[in-house]
Amino acid sequence: MRKFLPIVLLALFALIPLVGLSSYLMHILILVVMWSVIGMAWNLLGGYCGQVSFGHAAFFGVGAYSAGIIYTKLGVSAWWGIPLSIIVVALVALVIGYISLRLRGPYFVLSTLAIGEVFRVSAENLEGLTQGNLGILIQERTWVEKIWYFYIILFIAAVTFYLIKKTIASRLGYYFVAIREDQDAAESLGINTTLYKTIALCMSAVIAGLAGAFYTNYMGYIDPDVVFSLSDISIVTVMVVMVGGVATFWGPLVGAVIMVLFAELIRSIPMLGAAHQTLFGILLIIIIIFLPNGIAGDTSKILRLLRIRRSS
Amino acid sequence: MSAQIELFLQTLIAGILLGGLYALIGLGMALIMGVMRIINLAHGDLMMVAMYIAFFSYDIFHVDPYVSVLIATPALFLLGVGLQKFLITPVLKVESILPHNQVILTVGIGMVLSNLATVFFKSDYRSTPVDYATKAWYLSDFWRNSPIELSLSFAWSVSFVLAVVITAMLWFFLTRTDTGKSIRATAQDLDAALLMGVNVERMRMLTFGLGAALVGAAGCLFMPIYYLYPALGKQFTNIAFVVTILGGLGSTEGAIIGGVILGIFESMTATYLGMGWAPVGRFIIFVAVLVFLPGGVSSLLRSRRFGR
Amino acid sequence: MSLLEIRGISRFFGGLAAVSDVSFMVDKGAIVGLIGPNGAGKTTVFNMINGFYAPSKGEIYFKGEKISQLKPHQICKRGIARTFQVVKPLQRMTVLDNVIASAFVRARNRAQAEAMAMETLKFTGLYDDRAILSKSLPLGKRKKLEIARALATQPEMLLLDESCAGLNPSELNEAIEIIKKIRDRGITILIIEHHMKVIMSISDRIVVINYGQKIAEGTPLEIRHNPLVIEAYLGEAQSA
Repeated sequence: MRKFLPIVLLALFALIPLVGLSSYLMHILILVVMWSVIGMAWNLLGGYCGQVSFGHAAFFGVGAYSAGIIYTKLGVSAWWGIPLSIIVVALVALVIGYISLRLRGPYFVLSTLAIGEVFRVSAENLEGLTQGNLGILIQERTWVEKIWYFYIILFIAAVTFYLIKKTIASRLGYYFVAIREDQDAAESLGINTTLYKTIALCMSAVIAGLAGAFYTNYMGYIDPDVVFSLSDISIVTVMVVMVGGVATFWGPLVGAVIMVLFAELIRSIPMLGAAHQTLFGILLIIIIIFLPNGIAGDTSKILRLLRIRRSS
Repeated sequence: MSAQIELFLQTLIAGILLGGLYALIGLGMALIMGVMRIINLAHGDLMMVAMYIAFFSYDIFHVDPYVSVLIATPALFLLGVGLQKFLITPVLKVESILPHNQVILTVGIGMVLSNLATVFFKSDYRSTPVDYATKAWYLSDFWRNSPIELSLSFAWSVSFVLAVVITAMLWFFLTRTDTGKSIRATAQDLDAALLMGVNVERMRMLTFGLGAALVGAAGCLFMPIYYLYPALGKQFTNIAFVVTILGGLGSTEGAIIGGVILGIFESMTATYLGMGWAPVGRFIIFVAVLVFLPGGVSSLLRSRRFGR
Repeated sequence: MSLLEIRGISRFFGGLAAVSDVSFMVDKGAIVGLIGPNGAGKTTVFNMINGFYAPSKGEIYFKGEKISQLKPHQICKRGIARTFQVVKPLQRMTVLDNVIASAFVRARNRAQAEAMAMETLKFTGLYDDRAILSKSLPLGKRKKLEIARALATQPEMLLLDESCAGLNPSELNEAIEIIKKIRDRGITILIIEHHMKVIMSISDRIVVINYGQKIAEGTPLEIRHNPLVIEAYLGEAQSA
């Protein structure tokens, strides 16, 4: 029964829009699916392989700009950015990996944070390439209705889900977890940790980059402060997975649903709007103290708490 | 030709003065890292809090920022102790898949602090325009026929001197007092310290409070010469971190040297390359140290002390 | 020819010599014990054989090939596996999965890895526990799992680091049996151990280290009566 859950869910998601949803609700759905993709990407590197990145905006942004720049410089449709982003982001990830993956634990975390910021600052300053803070605007809108965009991101999400499931069940999956649990022991047991960390990083980066390239095409406008944002992309990515459930298959989806709804809720209350980061921060703190493995990861803990409440 | 020398010397002096302040910022983080093995990514935001305290003391009560050091430092100390006691300790106890929880926690704390500041104080730039802000000493005042002109800003100098004084006081505390020695013992060998009867939990609270207090003092010293806005925490966290890595993880002497080096480097970069490249410059130093000298400056010091 | 040759290795940390000019050889099929007081440098020697540190001076040869500069995973692939003092299995995975992860070094696919893992579990007596999450295991079984993980890499030589520490008497006997079974399979063993009973009963030769230097080498009988060794262990008590 459980084996069919992914297919059932996929079918459900595919059928929902046919009910006829408002443009706003479609937008929310698209955001949820897009954040699931980014979350799954991060989860592969951070949750399964244990390399916690606070700079995933770098990959998202490079993917986004791959689509944007190919449009402005070559005059072709930004959709070509999607396949292009795979190559560009992979190369970027290799370089970043070469520098950062030699760092352990929190030092790796900090280097990713710094890298994300370097990309943002560079995108702002390299105006010849990125049009700096003006951003890139895509004049032609491919479709008016959102439903086609939804199906594209849903397709990307489904492929990503399947890919990650296969990876975790394979040698790669075992090696990633071994590296996460104890890198020295893993190395002693014949695992080339540098190689496999790099693979995890590249896979994670490319998937996040795809989401970025999609974003450019969907939103029609990007600028450095949005796509390379530390607080709105990098940190939200971490939160999506931490809230939803680290190192689980469904965690990123659960987290995406919660985070998107949470953000929309805050946005709709006029007074709280400006304080949305404070609330995110508080949510992050609460999760990290009480449910560090997320909802899907700490399900047993949650059930235990609920059972105690019911019995007393 | 003399204009080149003049520019270089001026930049160098500015760099050293900046370095003294950077050292103070980095010291707090190095202490926390050394004793508690915690990376405090909210470090810069703590500094921001202190700067707002200094700003409002000046704005409302006309207290000079340098005097605010006496107000903000204890306040930040208490804030640090509180954060350690109520947030950090619980996180360290929880079992989780990823061990980096405390780093993520400090990110959350930083977010809350900087966003609250934005909400309450708006993103406007603030400054404390004290009347001595533009006062400076000029070389030509003392040496009539000097071939070059050098200026030494009064405010910068006072900040630098106070930073040195505070650093010296910290030094004294760490090396001469019992509490200070207990802190260092906890940093060197946690288990041994426990066995010797050191109250480790109290040391941790003290250390985090001390680290916060140091960066709070640095914030006040920065007020007369810089400007304030809610999001400035991030760049100072970066600075603190680069100083700490440059100095050698957890080493207080290293942090001092690292601070001065970074100060000089940034000053040179600003003069010869342009202000906008500062974040990139810091990142380059960060990467260079990690690749070429992972132990930081303190590893150089150590090998010299023991000989080859 | 000896399987493992340690030639004059030293390791400096800063100015401190953790290991200083240690040399010994391990013959194929033997069990060699490495003993010495706490902090003598035994684990540092292991770390050098294993590839975690390169020796500051000296070389290490395995099957005639110089391995002193290789990385740990390369050394593992050449046939040396090692256990760690502080056992840290893959906590959220089952016992079986833990061993499968190690078996992948030699296995070409998952089915093969699983078969090899099963075999290793049967050999170490953990077969019945294969579906249990490793974080629920008691210490004795965790130590066994550590050995199983190392064995799954099909080593020719096994470095055991305090595999018997903290075990109760019946677990201890089991551990000794497993070690003997490993030797009977043709795997050479180098073992660090504080349990004198274990070392004396299973070692063919013993190397004694103190303050980073080798102070004695010989059969268990010779070592037991060696005054230098006795002094190293009981030094302060004697002079007091």
